[in-house]
Amino acid sequence: MNDSLDALYRDIIMDHFKYPRGTAKLTDPDIGNEGKNPTCGDEIQVAVKLDGEMVEDIFVGCKGCAISVASASMLSEIIKGKSVPEVKHIASIIKAMLKGEELKEQIDLGDLEALRGVKNFPVRIKCALLAWTTLIEGLEAYENRRRASVITTE
Amino acid sequence: MGRILDLPAAGAMAVLDPDRIKDDFPILKRLIRGKRLIYLDNAATTQKPESVIKALRFYYENQNANVHRGLHTLAEEATAAFEATRRKVAEFVGGVKPEEIIYTRNATEAINLVAYSWGRANIKRGDRIVLTKMEHHANLVPWIVLAKATGAELEYIPFDSQGYLDLSRVNSLITANTKLVAATHMSNVLGTINPVEELIEIAHSKGALALIDGAQAMPHMPVDIKSLGADFYVFSAHKMLGPTGVGILYGKEAILDSMEPFNFGGEMINEVRYDYADWADLPHKFEAGTPNIAGAIGFGPALGYLANLGMPAVRDHEIELTGYALEKLAALDSIRIFGPTEPADRGGAVSFVDKNIHAHDLATVLDSYGIAIRAGHHCAMPLTKALGVVGTARASFYIYNTRDDIDVLIEGLKSARRYFGYE
Repeated sequence: MNDSLDALYRDIIMDHFKYPRGTAKLTDPDIGNEGKNPTCGDEIQVAVKLDGEMVEDIFVGCKGCAISVASASMLSEIIKGKSVPEVKHIASIIKAMLKGEELKEQIDLGDLEALRGVKNFPVRIKCALLAWTTLIEGLEAYENRRRASVITTE
Repeated sequence: MGRILDLPAAGAMAVLDPDRIKDDFPILKRLIRGKRLIYLDNAATTQKPESVIKALRFYYENQNANVHRGLHTLAEEATAAFEATRRKVAEFVGGVKPEEIIYTRNATEAINLVAYSWGRANIKRGDRIVLTKMEHHANLVPWIVLAKATGAELEYIPFDSQGYLDLSRVNSLITANTKLVAATHMSNVLGTINPVEELIEIAHSKGALALIDGAQAMPHMPVDIKSLGADFYVFSAHKMLGPTGVGILYGKEAILDSMEPFNFGGEMINEVRYDYADWADLPHKFEAGTPNIAGAIGFGPALGYLANLGMPAVRDHEIELTGYALEKLAALDSIRIFGPTEPADRGGAVSFVDKNIHAHDLATVLDSYGIAIRAGHHCAMPLTKALGVVGTARASFYIYNTRDDIDVLIEGLKSARRYFGYE
């Protein structure tokens, strides 16, 4: 009914919005972080359980719009089973894609391909980024903590 | 009265004709994604009539000069036009002295000016500042910062589930150690028009001053600052047909006289030596640096436009339109409306949520129909949180809006539900 809207709210996005993945809480996560989008008040909680360097499980609890919820849901699917450096690499590619930057390499983004249309709605880019920036902050804090504990034990 | 602005005679009740008014606003002829623009974000900023746009252009093409210092023709004309608006403002707000009208960048800066200049000199540890729980960040953050810096305490007048201030609490909250009561005249989220006259009276009875944030009230209803008795009253030109970058601080002359300047530099001095400076008289003491000359000059015809319509007629139009919008929105089962349900108690800023669709998504869908609304926390985070929502959608009306605009909004909201598969 409305082409410009369909470019944003693709079926796959609506599916992730209505049936978000990764919403089961983790009992003993290694990484936890909360994010907020101050322009709209959207809130997200991200928690990650690691198995060594691998993401064993992830929880995303997002109170937000269709775009931020769908983006968080897709994030939970794609990073499961990936190593921490891989997750950071994927996140940097997604961020570039959402901002409309030229991608240096092509990877299989799966459902996340559907978020390509977001770059044509500048005010909505932040919605799609929320989960990713919150996850990266959490990962970085985790790595800093680990580095610090290595230094103290040395 | 009525000399400078040529106000309609008292008792002459005009009715607005929004369809005719629309013709005076070039931007309303614009198409958005192929659809007629339905502008319902007037609480954020209003559109500008031809006369305001022309005045800006005329100034830059014919009179551009700095004010208050040149001795040439352009400087004289620019200064005269700049000061003429000050007199128009003084008359528009109920006939105060032009020296009591201070130009700022916006209402936010006007409040900051008071918080720094008056606040730092008069607020001490143990003093109390009383606000309401429905303040915009502009009338909240400066006081949080001041309280932190001075050790003063902040207290808040709560509001009930209908969005009315709980007046039974006011007398106990405004104590003898209260130095300032700062309240919004009309909430930008709930739409509530607060009984500021009563608040000012209680503040004065306890020896406190009263600052009223009129950013949402002054553009939409008759306001007589003098009879309200406010010590400070702030508002913004751009929310009442004028250009952006011009705010107004009204302050009682004796209080402004007692205050130190907020900014220091050119245009605000009396005499400067290498080791000494003293200040110019009001209002220039508070207007350091080159002001927004074009903006102030463009504000003149904006005030003229509103005065010509008559503020009682503006208010009547908005009561009628708000009543219609509340009725239509209430008929949608999925919509929850915030604020008073009685149109006479509120202004035309109507916040609502859809029980399934996030306000951001609503705004995006409505934009595809050419409808501009605001979505989010509306610079009132604590208030939004108190309402128990992440954010709200807000439609806000002005003189050029019609029942037809609201019908299009309602259709847009229904389409959004169909689009998201809820109906």
